[in-house]
Amino acid sequence: MRTELKNFQHEQYYFRLRLGFTAFVVLALFGVLAARFFYLQISQYNRYQTLAEKNRISLAPIVPNRGLIIDKHGVVLAHNFFVYTLEITPSKVDDLEATITEIKQFVEISPLDRKRFSKLREESHNFESVPIRTHLNEVEAARFAVNHYRFPGVEIKSRLFRHYPLGKLGAHVVGYIGRINDKDLSGLEKSGALSNYKGSDHVGKSGIEQFYEPNLHGTTGFQQVEIDADGRAVRVLSSTAPVPGNNIILSIDSKMQEIAETAFGEHRGALVAIEPKTGAVLAYVSQPTFDPNLFVDGIDVENWKALNDSLDKPLINRPIRGIYPPGSTFKPFAAMAGLENGKRAPPFAIHDAGYFTLANSAHHYRDWKPGGHGMVDMQRAITISCDTFFYGLALELGIEKLTDFVRHFGFGEKSGIDIQGEIGGLLPTPEWKMRRYKQPWYQGETVIAGIGQGYTLVTPMQLAQATAILANDGVAMKPRLVTEIQKAITGETQIISAVVQDKITLNPENIAIVRRGMMDVTLPGGTAASVGANAAYAIAAKTGTAQVIGIKQNEKYNASSINERHRDHALFIAYAPAEDPKIALAVIVENGGHGGSAGGPIARKVMDYYLLGKLPVIDTVADPKATVKPTGARAPTTAAPIPEEELHD
Amino acid sequence: MISKLFKHLAKHIDSFLMTCLFFTLLVGLVVLYSASGQSLSRLSGQGINIIVALSFMWAAANVAPNQLERIALPLYVLGVLLLIAVALFGSVSHGARRWLSLGFTQIQPSEIMRIAMPMMLAWYFSKREGKPAMADFAVGGLLLLVPVALIMKQPDLGTAILIAASGFYILFLAGLSWKFLVGGGVLFAASSPLLWSMLHDYQRRRIEILLDPTQDPLGAGYHTIQAIIAVGSGGIAGKGWLKGTQAQLDFLPERSTDFIFAVFGEEFGLLGNLLLLLLFSLIILRGLVIASQAQSTFTRLLAGSITLTFFTYAFVNMGMVSGILPVVGVPLPLISYGGTSMVTLCLSFGILMSIHTHKKLVTT
Repeated sequence: MRTELKNFQHEQYYFRLRLGFTAFVVLALFGVLAARFFYLQISQYNRYQTLAEKNRISLAPIVPNRGLIIDKHGVVLAHNFFVYTLEITPSKVDDLEATITEIKQFVEISPLDRKRFSKLREESHNFESVPIRTHLNEVEAARFAVNHYRFPGVEIKSRLFRHYPLGKLGAHVVGYIGRINDKDLSGLEKSGALSNYKGSDHVGKSGIEQFYEPNLHGTTGFQQVEIDADGRAVRVLSSTAPVPGNNIILSIDSKMQEIAETAFGEHRGALVAIEPKTGAVLAYVSQPTFDPNLFVDGIDVENWKALNDSLDKPLINRPIRGIYPPGSTFKPFAAMAGLENGKRAPPFAIHDAGYFTLANSAHHYRDWKPGGHGMVDMQRAITISCDTFFYGLALELGIEKLTDFVRHFGFGEKSGIDIQGEIGGLLPTPEWKMRRYKQPWYQGETVIAGIGQGYTLVTPMQLAQATAILANDGVAMKPRLVTEIQKAITGETQIISAVVQDKITLNPENIAIVRRGMMDVTLPGGTAASVGANAAYAIAAKTGTAQVIGIKQNEKYNASSINERHRDHALFIAYAPAEDPKIALAVIVENGGHGGSAGGPIARKVMDYYLLGKLPVIDTVADPKATVKPTGARAPTTAAPIPEEELHD
Repeated sequence: MISKLFKHLAKHIDSFLMTCLFFTLLVGLVVLYSASGQSLSRLSGQGINIIVALSFMWAAANVAPNQLERIALPLYVLGVLLLIAVALFGSVSHGARRWLSLGFTQIQPSEIMRIAMPMMLAWYFSKREGKPAMADFAVGGLLLLVPVALIMKQPDLGTAILIAASGFYILFLAGLSWKFLVGGGVLFAASSPLLWSMLHDYQRRRIEILLDPTQDPLGAGYHTIQAIIAVGSGGIAGKGWLKGTQAQLDFLPERSTDFIFAVFGEEFGLLGNLLLLLLFSLIILRGLVIASQAQSTFTRLLAGSITLTFFTYAFVNMGMVSGILPVVGVPLPLISYGGTSMVTLCLSFGILMSIHTHKKLVTT
């Protein structure tokens, strides 16, 4: 029997029991929470603290300003300026095509831009931003900025751009920068410089820009920034300022460079002028040239094709990568080899009948002048470029002694100029021939080596350097384009001092003979008399002619162009003033014919400007019907083209 | 005169409970200011929510429990009808059908159920004579499952869980046998594969991610990972008010609503967390005391359910933010920004107060 009251009390008792149980559960579960908080906030505090810091702090690189490239008179050849670029990060954009089409409403995008964008995209990673348009003007930038919210993954950036104000002028010296590709990356990684390139998009690809990259780039600064969940910088916690790249000051005078380049007119070729006493390069011409500005933000396919496929090969850096037989310009050095080895010193003379023969052969090695020059001694042999004289000299010296000696003048070896990619040319020896062709050396090959034909190949740089060494009485100065490196902030300059590379012990009497012979070249009766006409200073020179060979002769030469391009290359070396040389140079005019008439006038204009400050009268290239008759040795037609790879070593 | 008026107005207000609520609400405003990025409009918005909610609380406290008993059934029936209406004509937003448009305004009938469910079950069991029989629990279970199923279907897992819990507490306090509880637990475990198949993909994903948040650090796991980092990096004393990097730099999602506890834990550390647990414990213990002193079956069951439901809110929210429970849409009671939950919570506290302060009237 349950009374109502009893029932009520009973019910309340059970209820309180259950309530007590729930109270216990509540406290137990809160205990679990408290334990969890203890675990997270005490035991694992360090871990989560680190994670939180990692979340919020990001290192942002500050790219340094790239150093300037300046000529010897302060003319800027490469500088930086800010431009707006419109960039797309492909990974953040769903439909690239649609986005680009929509962007077009606000910013003009040409088919060329599209092509360049596609090319750059292939070369870069999906998460990197790639420019679709560069050089936006203020109006375009503003118009896009207003509609920016519609284009996630598309951004306007203000970037430092490299600009080469003189364009084509001296492009092969200055070189250019381009976007960092995978090859550059692995190169930077190897040199340990990669961390300094965080945030950098560009790296020097050729010329001074490439060689002096470590100086020009500067040191990247860093900013510790606090970022929010979207990666936007909220505030700067600390920052290390970047150190701007150093300014590079060249020994080149851009005015003289211009005179030299203009003097080539439409001709292809190269010129290198050196100050003999210091090795400073005064002019460095590779014709035709190109506009380095095209490369800065990625060259488009059309321009690239035009430059790369052109028969004129404007991209080849001819002074250090063009290889030519030296022809008769080799004779002064062969002469030095003879004299220093005790051969052919005056009063020794030969009677030149117009040809030379080997003892047991009927083959005639002909002089360029039918009938010969009559009585010829060493000095006159140089002046009139007598082939017969040098055939005999080379034979008597032997190929080993000849090459061993002229090697001191830098032939067959890289000059060490501060531009990358130099080729060493070729000084042949019997061992080399055996290695290369598995054939013995023939005497006839020694004979023609005496006049700079056969296997011998030189670069314009080597020829200029050899001339400078001769002009400097055998002291070889290391050639260089850069004379000073200037700190951008303090303006403090570090002078790159002249370095003696080698010293050839030469008998002054022997030098005098060769130099007199060369001085007479530009006087009446010499092979380049017109070059010396009306000169206010004495010019020592030597002409040369070489058969077409050397510059990459690739399959793209078609029949009609071969005919035009089959003409001989004209070579010309000179130094002046002859008594106290201040400038030594080498000129090569491809398919220019004779050295004196094609190369001489170019050299004269450069020397006139350098020595007298005289500006050339406006006339184009040397008149083919120049007063001086074509002279100089012709290459034997047997000379085989040598694949370029072979010449690197 | 004024003190007399105040006395009259505060007649049905439980001062202990009110003090605890006051400090908790104060903590809530302080955290909200930080979590909202020092937004004064958010702060004043929440201030209005609180004023409205406290008015409801006052009103509820002044309604005698026997009045509530009378409206329990009609309110429940209305709630179920509205839930059915939602299932048929409700408007869809964010992939869920939760709202019913009345032309001039929209209502969310599941909110009515938060109050109606415990009232209905408490009323039902108060009408049974003596010790409730097994059949009574079966009917009670059915009354519980119908609305819960309708809400789960919307889908709104968080609300469904809370309402299911509030009903279950009544069944438990009414004396559901232990045998049945254990048996039900076993049955639940056995039928869990079936339940699993009934869950929505996103709900399943949430449970999967709970077990291993690193599975999807940028997607579904992101919430949990960032919340745990926030709480853990708070350390003992916290990073200081307005100085939580996770909170202030947008790494925490939904940080003024469901994840506000992460902001609190980051800025006030373990000490702050324990203080908040203490405040919650005091509120709950006070509620349990009120329940134990209640004189009718209806009031004691209702008071017990209301108190334990509040506990469930707090535990589920803090558990999900600290990574021991799955992410379900349950706000932190009295702290998270939002008007609806604030009103229903305070309304239920008003009922608690009414139960406590009308006690003597009932006995005399």
